[in-house]
Amino acid sequence: MNVHEIRQQFPILQQNVNGQPLVYLDSSATSQKPIQVIEAVNAYYREDNANVHRGVHTLGSRATEQYEGAREKVRRFINAPSAAEVIFTRGTTTAINLVATSYARTKLEPGDEIVINEMEHHSNIIPWQQAAKATGATLKYIPLQEDGTLSMESVRETITDHTKIVAVTHVSNVLGTVNPVQEIAKVAHEHGAIMLVDGAQGAPHMRVDVQKLDVDFYAFSGHKMCAPTGIGVLYGKRELLDNMEPVEYGGEMIDFVDLYDSTWKELPWKFEGGTPIIGGAIGLAAAIDFLEDVGMDAILDHEKKLADYAMERMTAFDGMDIYGPEERAALVTFNLKGVHPHDLATVLDAEGIAVRAGHHCAQPLMKWLNVTATARASFYLYNTEDDVDRLIDGLSKTKEYFGDVF
Amino acid sequence: MSFNNLDTLYRQVILDHYKNPRNRGQVEGDALTVDMNNPTCGDRIQLQLQVEDGLIQDAKFNGEGCSISISSASMMTQAIKGKTVEQALRMSELFSDMMLGKEIDMDAMSLEDIEALQGVSKFPARIKCATLGWKAMEKGVHDDSAAK
Repeated sequence: MNVHEIRQQFPILQQNVNGQPLVYLDSSATSQKPIQVIEAVNAYYREDNANVHRGVHTLGSRATEQYEGAREKVRRFINAPSAAEVIFTRGTTTAINLVATSYARTKLEPGDEIVINEMEHHSNIIPWQQAAKATGATLKYIPLQEDGTLSMESVRETITDHTKIVAVTHVSNVLGTVNPVQEIAKVAHEHGAIMLVDGAQGAPHMRVDVQKLDVDFYAFSGHKMCAPTGIGVLYGKRELLDNMEPVEYGGEMIDFVDLYDSTWKELPWKFEGGTPIIGGAIGLAAAIDFLEDVGMDAILDHEKKLADYAMERMTAFDGMDIYGPEERAALVTFNLKGVHPHDLATVLDAEGIAVRAGHHCAQPLMKWLNVTATARASFYLYNTEDDVDRLIDGLSKTKEYFGDVF
Repeated sequence: MSFNNLDTLYRQVILDHYKNPRNRGQVEGDALTVDMNNPTCGDRIQLQLQVEDGLIQDAKFNGEGCSISISSASMMTQAIKGKTVEQALRMSELFSDMMLGKEIDMDAMSLEDIEALQGVSKFPARIKCATLGWKAMEKGVHDDSAAK
């Protein structure tokens, strides 16, 4: 994998920000888009745009072919048994909400349990809080270990025969923890519960095989994996999806409509009410082509090396607090003593370096870490060791700049 | 941008208020208490106001935040103390205008230090930090008048 060639394919990276070559270290928030994706979306709107699954004209056929082709590509990407189990959504949040609304709210009763944990993103907490409130089910948290990981022992202690749903993130967007979702799913299944995985930080960075993981639902977003915003995926096992009601009613998802009753299309379309996200799905297909061309294993390998290098340089930096386990995905969440992460991010931005500052949509985790906010540098296939060096230089300058204050 | 431009944001007087916030703490006796946070970043502030006959007798704050939010809250408490609620609300309006980059009459602000925050208008991502304390003050007096 030649990272310099890869960088050439991202037009946005070829610019100066505040007079310095851009160093983009916020891919966990959203990734940048390669020219192949931009051109695929562009070509669709220039040449093939039409609504799908209706009408008989040529453009309609082309659009439908590309949209359903994208679904097949996603199926292959995550090794789902059938394209009927691949539902296009607006993103991970919508995908998780779909399950919380259509599955949890209709099937849970008082006494049932939903099991999550404190490292989850708000989008994998709040839908379950609300479903628990609506049904009288109990929300339970698997306690985190000191280093921000889940031990299988705690997993086994928390999941019981009352547990109906276990929801876990594949990779923590703050700690970088990679969770043993396959093993957790096994425990969930032993107790008759279903397992949902928030794959927003997983699918972009590593090979995902939903059959091997044997999870019941896997949700992810296109925009964190080189695709446009507004497209995401919910994979779900057919036997579950078949027994779930749609959450949005309207065009596209119906079979027959009578005055007082209607019937739904088969999977996956019964969950895709309204004109679907056609351009987004086509962009996602192009992103998958791009990522597979580079190779998911090569991407993971590259990111591992980068994470190691970043950790090595950052742990050696004086006054640095780093959060999360040793073994981590390609992101480092940190605080520099005496400098608020906002101020730090502003100084880095003046140097052309983009990092995230704030609570990262994980307020319970911030509380667990006993901080109000943190800074985060996150990496993707287009980042280099030079980017890490620039970050370290920027941090030195930040320290120098605020050094007089304290 | 260079570090010289950063200096337009982080003026010395701001860093001084950040390091030594004025009116940090709790008001003694009865006070209006407002908790306000900036949900996008996690900054939070608790503002306490002692208002008697429409006059702000005392103002104190506690909280956690960046240099901009803390220094701005510190300056605000200094500026509104001894002022009428109306005057304080007017100052808040002026402060919002300043954040939008508008020229304002600094004499009406009653505290010269506040002028140092003018540079924040050039950093759109940081405007919410600077207005947090002022928004808390507005909420406090509105809730108070609604309760009466």
